[in-house]
Amino acid sequence: MPRLRFLSSGDIEQITSASLEVLEESGVMVKNQSALRLLQEAGCGVDNEVVQFPPELVEDSFKKAPSSIELHARDGDKHHLVGDDNVIYNPGSAAIYFIDRDTVEMRRAESLDLVQLVRLVDALEHIHAQSTAIVPSDVPEGISDLYRLYVILKNSTKPIVTGAFTKQGLIDMRMMLEAVVGGPDELMGAPRAIFDCCPSSPLMWSDVTCQNLIDCAESGIPAEIIPAPQMGATSPVSIAGTLVQSTAEILSGVVISQLTKPGAPVIFGGSPAAFDMRYCTARLGAMEAVVAACASAEIGKHYRLPTHAYLGLSDSKAVDAQSGYESGLGITFAALAGVNVVSGPGMLACENCQSLEKMVVDNEICGAAYRLMDGVFTDAPALAKEIITKVGPGGHFLAERHTRENLRKEQYMPSDVIDRLTPESWRKSGSKETTSRAKETVDKLLEEHILVPLPRDAERRLDEVFKGILKRHGIPMSRIPLEI
Amino acid sequence: MINFDDDLARRLAREVIDLGIDPVEALEEGLAKALREVGDRFGSGEAFITELIAAAQAMEAGAEILNEEIVRRGATRKSIGRFLIGTVEGDIHSIGKNIVTTMLRASGFEVVDLGVDVPTGVFVDKVREFKPDILGLSALMTTTMTKQREVIEALREAGLRQGVKVVVGGAPVTEEWVKEIGADACGLDAGIAVQVALSLMGRKPDA
Repeated sequence: MPRLRFLSSGDIEQITSASLEVLEESGVMVKNQSALRLLQEAGCGVDNEVVQFPPELVEDSFKKAPSSIELHARDGDKHHLVGDDNVIYNPGSAAIYFIDRDTVEMRRAESLDLVQLVRLVDALEHIHAQSTAIVPSDVPEGISDLYRLYVILKNSTKPIVTGAFTKQGLIDMRMMLEAVVGGPDELMGAPRAIFDCCPSSPLMWSDVTCQNLIDCAESGIPAEIIPAPQMGATSPVSIAGTLVQSTAEILSGVVISQLTKPGAPVIFGGSPAAFDMRYCTARLGAMEAVVAACASAEIGKHYRLPTHAYLGLSDSKAVDAQSGYESGLGITFAALAGVNVVSGPGMLACENCQSLEKMVVDNEICGAAYRLMDGVFTDAPALAKEIITKVGPGGHFLAERHTRENLRKEQYMPSDVIDRLTPESWRKSGSKETTSRAKETVDKLLEEHILVPLPRDAERRLDEVFKGILKRHGIPMSRIPLEI
Repeated sequence: MINFDDDLARRLAREVIDLGIDPVEALEEGLAKALREVGDRFGSGEAFITELIAAAQAMEAGAEILNEEIVRRGATRKSIGRFLIGTVEGDIHSIGKNIVTTMLRASGFEVVDLGVDVPTGVFVDKVREFKPDILGLSALMTTTMTKQREVIEALREAGLRQGVKVVVGGAPVTEEWVKEIGADACGLDAGIAVQVALSLMGRKPDA
């Protein structure tokens, strides 16, 4: 398999030793009391919430963390290995805007959009995990994190990448997952969801995200540690400097996680952006961001941790040439870098908007990226010397068994979202551009895809837990869009 | 200041005072004018935000010395307006807020910065206490911007909403969001934020 490398082992050595120095000298601000207590007991210097990490503690911590994670599907019937050079694509997360399916305008996202997105992703072949991709504006804010999980659990069997908005949010979401799988022990051994826990660049952990990280470690839930530095603004403008800082941020999280529970699953994540100095925007589709995210995953692999990156998303506000080019780059580079969890498909406007039409286009790019990862097969059947001799000069290969037998392995067959017609048949079928083909595909999949319902007893337990949570929040059922 | 040199700005400010030049005039015709020039270059795409901020910081360095002299002479430099700013609860991102604060101060606003992760109740108390013309609410994350709505509602409940303009800022903020939560305006980036603040004060941005 082809592998992309930006960093030599000497580069990685320089970056990681600089990160250790940053952790020891500058330190990291941790605004969570439980974490501060753990860190102090482990020998860290703590001064006014700024924690200085002894290098030995850091080295000791990442060695304890597992190098791969089995992420299970909802009904426990299959799983994906998050580790090695496996790549799992999932939608970019927590968009508050949505490209309206009829007007094509960007508007606030609603619960129905989320339901449709989850059903669509369930149907898409190359997006292997769901994510809580939309923050619906028609759901009470206090429970919108867990409502998203509820929608996914009811509408899809795929594993989930998610995150909580509050401390209690994570506890409630864990209860929902436990309800679906049967209990805490069942969940501990076979996680259904990864939770994002994001430090704030530069070098800070907020109270909520840090507590989420601790609670994940305690319950065996994989925590994806995702710094989101904006290069030039919240991290150095240089990619190497950003890697030094973000590696320090991730390692500080790994230490907190492993002090909470040795062996707790953590993922070396990243969402680097280039800070645009003209418009003050975070550019996640920028080439510098793509390079930084892939290089960061190389560092994660150096530590033998599963890796994650925000790639495959675009800064464009519409499904257009820019969104195709930026997402294509991210998805392709992520495949070549062997990033284990890749969050981004469907996403526009940095990390703020989701589009179903873009999702099906991105699904095609992901499919092509998996083909890319296979590279060139060079076994005897692939070399095909005998067939070449048999067909001989001037013959053709269409009728050969070799062609039929190897076609599906050698060639990735895209759906009709990707145009491969002759010019004449393209004209006859309405001269449709990518976006209108994508819209038709979305319509078709939403109409035809058959969902696997949650098993009856699991659904009953989930509903009970969900109702209990609403009651505790004092939110009447009438305020929750439940036509899901 | 156009060289983004804080020390040079301070030294020149002292020289100006030594030469007997009116510090109010030096501030308004010298420093402010230089910042406007960098601002214009930023507007035309020649300069970038990093240069604009460095220029604003250099201006603040020089202005500090000129202001001391203005106070010593018993003169006053009229503040354009009072601005209260902070990042909403749950969000510890400070960069956007800090950039806007620097730009506002350089533009002549009196700014009180409440910092990050500011509870809604603190915004309300400080609005009551400081009586700002404008309140700026910053949020970087889609998950915390909902707190902007909460602050506006709390101001309304406390009967303070009428007396203060509310500007919301942050990466995910749009005009649509402004309408939805009943804010007055949004400052989509540091350059726009200052223009928005000036126009809310009834001034032309280029005045």
